[in-house]
Amino acid sequence: MLKERKEQTIVFKNKPRIIGNYSIVGPKEGKGPFGKMFDYVMKDDFFGEKTYEKAERKMLEHAIFGATDKAKLNPKDIDMLVCGDLLNQIITSSYAARAYDISYLGIFSACSAMALSIGIGASMVNAGYFQNVACATSSHFSTAERQFRFPLELGNQRPPTSQWTCTASGCTVISSEGRGPYIDSVTFGKVMDFGISDVNNMGAAMAPAAMETMISVFHDTKTTPDDYDLIITGDLGKLGAEILMDLMEQQGYKLRENYCDCGQMMFYYDQNVLMGGSGCGCSASIFNSYVIERLKTGQLKNVLYIATGALLSTTSCQQGESVPGIAHAIVVKSNVVTKSKTITKKEKNKIANKVEKQLSKFKSEEN
Amino acid sequence: MDYTKRNIKYNEYVNSKIPKTRSWPSLFYAFIVGGLICMIGQGIGDGIRAIWPDLAGNAVSNYVSIILIFIASFLTGIGVYDRIGAFAGAGSIVPITGFSNSITSPAMDFKNEGIIFGLCVKMFSIAGPVIVIGVLSSAIVGLIYLFL
Repeated sequence: MLKERKEQTIVFKNKPRIIGNYSIVGPKEGKGPFGKMFDYVMKDDFFGEKTYEKAERKMLEHAIFGATDKAKLNPKDIDMLVCGDLLNQIITSSYAARAYDISYLGIFSACSAMALSIGIGASMVNAGYFQNVACATSSHFSTAERQFRFPLELGNQRPPTSQWTCTASGCTVISSEGRGPYIDSVTFGKVMDFGISDVNNMGAAMAPAAMETMISVFHDTKTTPDDYDLIITGDLGKLGAEILMDLMEQQGYKLRENYCDCGQMMFYYDQNVLMGGSGCGCSASIFNSYVIERLKTGQLKNVLYIATGALLSTTSCQQGESVPGIAHAIVVKSNVVTKSKTITKKEKNKIANKVEKQLSKFKSEEN
Repeated sequence: MDYTKRNIKYNEYVNSKIPKTRSWPSLFYAFIVGGLICMIGQGIGDGIRAIWPDLAGNAVSNYVSIILIFIASFLTGIGVYDRIGAFAGAGSIVPITGFSNSITSPAMDFKNEGIIFGLCVKMFSIAGPVIVIGVLSSAIVGLIYLFL
């Protein structure tokens, strides 16, 4: 059994497949760059419920049901549900699991819950204990803000390093059979604490953990950053991503254009979110929409997904403790062969013009 | 590895990367909005004096405070005040309207947890320290005044 594990990384022999994926986001996220790729965009934050907590629960139920539906399965065909969220005592996950008559594994790993749940689910499927496992997470801006920071309507200014918790939920169904992208390996990370005690600077607190996990992935699987089509981190935000790139360079790995961060990509510059998005739904929704769809069509073949989390509570930070970070990584591969679409010169020029226009707009805004 | 040294080095590095708040524009917006709120207060006071010229000066300023508190609560309720606050910063926190906002906003948020344990308990979660410090400091100033 230990042959499959190299230090922190487990390489799966039986290739657990991703057969279903579903993402649901709030209205603000729906207006972001990935807006059209999500499966469902909510019209308002309440989602037809009376409280935000109930709305988050409904989002998660919706995501799980949507993913099983996309996998062409009945909810009763799912053998196990692995779920996590941000709220105290992970109430969203547990209450959402009431609706399903299946084994439930509630996890807490802050914003890195998506990668951890997929890692656990894939391990179970690979070992042959379960056939279909649903892995899901969710986060809601209004519930998280209320729990961790200030009331919603309080007229205060956000510090420049703060991030915006995404209202989003994502679900992945992993199966031992079927077609689609498969999970190649999972790396369970270590808790890293570099002594950042500013609660509003989570990117800097999580970047060392992301670095540690990323290095173990490269070390254990004997790869370099250039071997991946896409390296995607969870919710480091703009500052955290810059710090991670610096830290990796110090360790001798240069991250190039194939690296990006979900938190940074979730919103447009002018949506007033400062350093970008955060929360477990942030990377979960992008992973379950853009990344898996591209893997399915074969446009991406080899993706390293590292979800990062800040393991803090309001009690610990009020007592002056620093913020520990965690990061879990999964490598998803696809062996779909696609006919590459040839782009005509005219279309190329059109795209180039569009990019140039956006760049100049971005620059003028920055000035 | 020496963890404390590493942490200090990392913290210094992070601090050098953090984008700085530009203080002059923030000060300007705070001054404009804060001044505007005070002007509105003065306007209300003058209006009251024009309508009821017999009112004592003390009573007029009390009415002005009550009206400003109501306006701020109302704006919080319809979701406008947090936008003003995000723009103005201290300009909308320091006047009495900011205090009103800091009581109304948790009350709105926690009304789902029940009247007693939700709304009434959480109502002062932001404004509580202000009241405690206010009462304490007024007592201390009163004592000093007594002995002078």
